[in-house]
Amino acid sequence: MSTKLPKVPAVIVGMGWAGGIIASELTKAGIKVVGIERGKERTTNDYLMGHDELRFQHRTELMQDLSKETITHRNHPNMRALPMRSYGTFIVGDGVGGAGSHWNGQTYRFLPYDFEIKSLTEEKYGANKLGSEYTLQDWGITYDEIEPYYDTFEKMAGISGETVEMYGHRSNPYPTGPMVKTPTFELFEEATKKLGYHPYMLPSANLSENYTNPDGISRSACQYCAFCENFGCEYGAKADPVVTVIPVAKETGNLDLRTHSNVTRILNDGTKATGVVYVNTITGEEFEQPADVVIVTSYVFNNVRLLLNSNLGTPYNPETGEGSIGKNYCYQVSAGATTLFYEDKEFNNYAGAGALGIEIPDFAGDNFDHSDVNFIHGSGIRMTQYGNRPIAINQVPSGTSSWGSEFKKQSIKYANSTLQVKSQGASMPHKDNYLDLDPEYKDAYGMPLLRMTYDYTEQDKELVKYMSKVTRKIAEEIGADHYETTEEQAAFNVNVDTNTHNTGGVIMGVDPKTSAVNSYLQMWEAENVFVIGASAFPHNSSFNPTGTIGALSYRASEGIIKYLKDGGGSLV
Amino acid sequence: MEESEKYQLDEKGSSRRKFLRNSGVAAGGVVVGSVLGGLIGFGGEKQQHEPATEPEHVAPAANPNAALMFFTPDQYQTTVAATERIFPADENGPGAADLNVAIYIDHQLASPWGINAKDYMLGAFYKAEATQQEQIRILRKDLFLLGLKGLDDYSTKKFDSKFTSLNAEQQDEVLTDFESGDYKLSGLSSSIFFELLRMLTIEGAYADPMYGGNKNMEGWAMRKFPGSRMNYNNEVVSKEFIELEPESLQSHMGH
Ligand SMILES: Cc1cc2nc3c(=O)[nH]c(=O)nc-3n(C[C@H](O)[C@H](O)[C@H](O)COP(=O)(O)OP(=O)(O)OC[C@H]3O[C@@H](n4cnc5c(N)ncnc54)[C@H](O)[C@@H]3O)c2cc1C
Ligand code: SF4
Repeated sequence: MSTKLPKVPAVIVGMGWAGGIIASELTKAGIKVVGIERGKERTTNDYLMGHDELRFQHRTELMQDLSKETITHRNHPNMRALPMRSYGTFIVGDGVGGAGSHWNGQTYRFLPYDFEIKSLTEEKYGANKLGSEYTLQDWGITYDEIEPYYDTFEKMAGISGETVEMYGHRSNPYPTGPMVKTPTFELFEEATKKLGYHPYMLPSANLSENYTNPDGISRSACQYCAFCENFGCEYGAKADPVVTVIPVAKETGNLDLRTHSNVTRILNDGTKATGVVYVNTITGEEFEQPADVVIVTSYVFNNVRLLLNSNLGTPYNPETGEGSIGKNYCYQVSAGATTLFYEDKEFNNYAGAGALGIEIPDFAGDNFDHSDVNFIHGSGIRMTQYGNRPIAINQVPSGTSSWGSEFKKQSIKYANSTLQVKSQGASMPHKDNYLDLDPEYKDAYGMPLLRMTYDYTEQDKELVKYMSKVTRKIAEEIGADHYETTEEQAAFNVNVDTNTHNTGGVIMGVDPKTSAVNSYLQMWEAENVFVIGASAFPHNSSFNPTGTIGALSYRASEGIIKYLKDGGGSLV
Repeated sequence: MEESEKYQLDEKGSSRRKFLRNSGVAAGGVVVGSVLGGLIGFGGEKQQHEPATEPEHVAPAANPNAALMFFTPDQYQTTVAATERIFPADENGPGAADLNVAIYIDHQLASPWGINAKDYMLGAFYKAEATQQEQIRILRKDLFLLGLKGLDDYSTKKFDSKFTSLNAEQQDEVLTDFESGDYKLSGLSSSIFFELLRMLTIEGAYADPMYGGNKNMEGWAMRKFPGSRMNYNNEVVSKEFIELEPESLQSHMGH
């Protein structure tokens, strides 16, 4: 049935940030690569006419087409999982550049604490800080080991920012300076300093100045145009695979990029892969692409789904705790925010950028003492300015009807007169939060959908309660006419807009019994399969994931090049 | 910042080409980056592509976009009336009726979105828990029509008159009952329709005018939203609030 194509050294499934970085590194090293992407080809031309809130934000133009595939969700194992039929919560990227085309560009490093979280927590707070149902694990790599890869990613993307003393050591400052400090950020800065905290400008992939990276790619500075999150950047100011790594890979002549090609299976004999099967989504034709190495960079959900649909690796079993594929799915908590309402002040909040923000590090990771609280880790407490768009943002004091004359009056009154102190909190793994195949629902190609079993844990809810108080304290120090705080994290709800920081499912570690990949993201059970993305995170930190995905992608590239050169073998 | 100020000094006509050259978009043999560089520097100025908004000087041109591609005239009138209650005219400015929100809704329901083209529509359709997504087979365009008919049926039952003939208080009462979900539309809760109606009304007030609503960008103007300008380098650092005249996507044409 399928047409068998000539064998290549490396095939990459998915051309987002992870796939783009691997393609760029491998092709620069002279390796022939086939890059397979289910969505369309994309250049900055696609971002013209981009300042269209309806089309890009609410009709999710750049996102995965859910009529072809989605996930199913249930909060706990005793519920029937049902499909997410249209977007509510997380949105998923599609096409060349992946979600890197329409991300915000907030580009953090995780903390030294994150990489050795189990050991460091036990050392300081004893073995029973969290119950045994929390499947906490070290990552099998230390911060010092991953630091050079963060540095490489930041230089490639031109990350703008300032060094933060309370975070991990940096071998180099950020390649570009921080973004502009808006007048409202000055309010946040003053208030948090008064409270003894240490505000810093959020690290940003929206360039603060014109920049040329080590690959010779030049991009221009951000214009604070406010159509950033959910939109592509027509200026090329936002780091996006489409304006960084993918053109570099193409320029080598070693990348064979195939768009509108959806990979359905990884061919394998249980210990080694021989290639992939994909469908041309326009013609329906099926192809087999043999390769020496299969690199899976299809985002968390499809990284897990492809392995399970291909019988590769051992599926996680929540009853026994055995197996690793699908294990330790984590998300993030973003309740715990305080909104400030002003009666007669207006701010230029229609202006902004996706990674324009100010934050304090004082409540992240183990930067504060957890002896007297019943949770570990923490949150970034921040104020951001993405640009308030009018369909999405209609802040009204609680108790206001959601329609009618009162709604209209209040939503217009406060259109430029609210601020928010927000928190974005870490998410710890739990034995009952996992990914597997849905027994009933299928995608457009007949393959089972991914099933998510997930709810926020007690630990994460306690964290939110604590952080909501911090946001309130800061808000009151800033001062406003009226405050509203969300104090509790409700149950996970697939209809509620949260964020797209899904992690886990193909986690890294030192022990093949408890992890799926080693620190080069090489599968323990199939040495020529590399699975790259936030799927490798054994837990989720409070930061946005892509800086860490970028670092892991550079490390994996190094491993793949070595693997091909050595003719095989385990890299650790 | 320094660089972009330099472009602002450029002559308008040549800035795009100069931008592409100066900013080194072609470095290291790899061409990437901005295709819109030429627009830097134009953001602060009003471009005259939009029809003038002062009606005393310019005879209002007939708007060919304001015609129906989906509703019957009756359905359109019910939609005009219902959306006006969701977003009424007041001292701030026009309501949904004057903003052409019902035209917007007509066009949306006629689009692929109206037939849920990008939604997962395969069965089975089980009853959902509150934390899961509504599992309904019905297409948006059909749900909306069912809702419009429901408004009339319910109004007739309650007030012996169809929806458009009720006074504002009665219409609000009907909509409140629909919002609470008490009324059933072929077995579906009326709140599902109400949510769709509410969301479409807000979209129609604030989406780019090319979609048919937000007439003359008056939805944006009411809340001092400047639309889709190309840069806010000055505004983002200004301590004073800067009110800009809105610009629509039409001002991005031809670049
Ligand atoms: C609106 C939004 C804002 C965000 N903001 C931030 C932020 O500020 N900071 C941050 O750190 N992160 C942010 N993120 C998350 C960030 O975009 C992702 O972490 C990142 O893009 C993940 O990179 P990836 O390469 O793993 O996956 P993706 O970028 O999702 O790329 C995966 C690619 O694989 C393709 N693919 C999937 N399945 C198949 C298949 N079967 N066959 C062929 N191709 C396939 C997809 O089409 C896609 O192109 C944001 C995400 C969104 C949606
Ligand atoms: S805000 Fe800046 S980085 Fe974002 S899209 Fe606009 S110009 Fe590009």
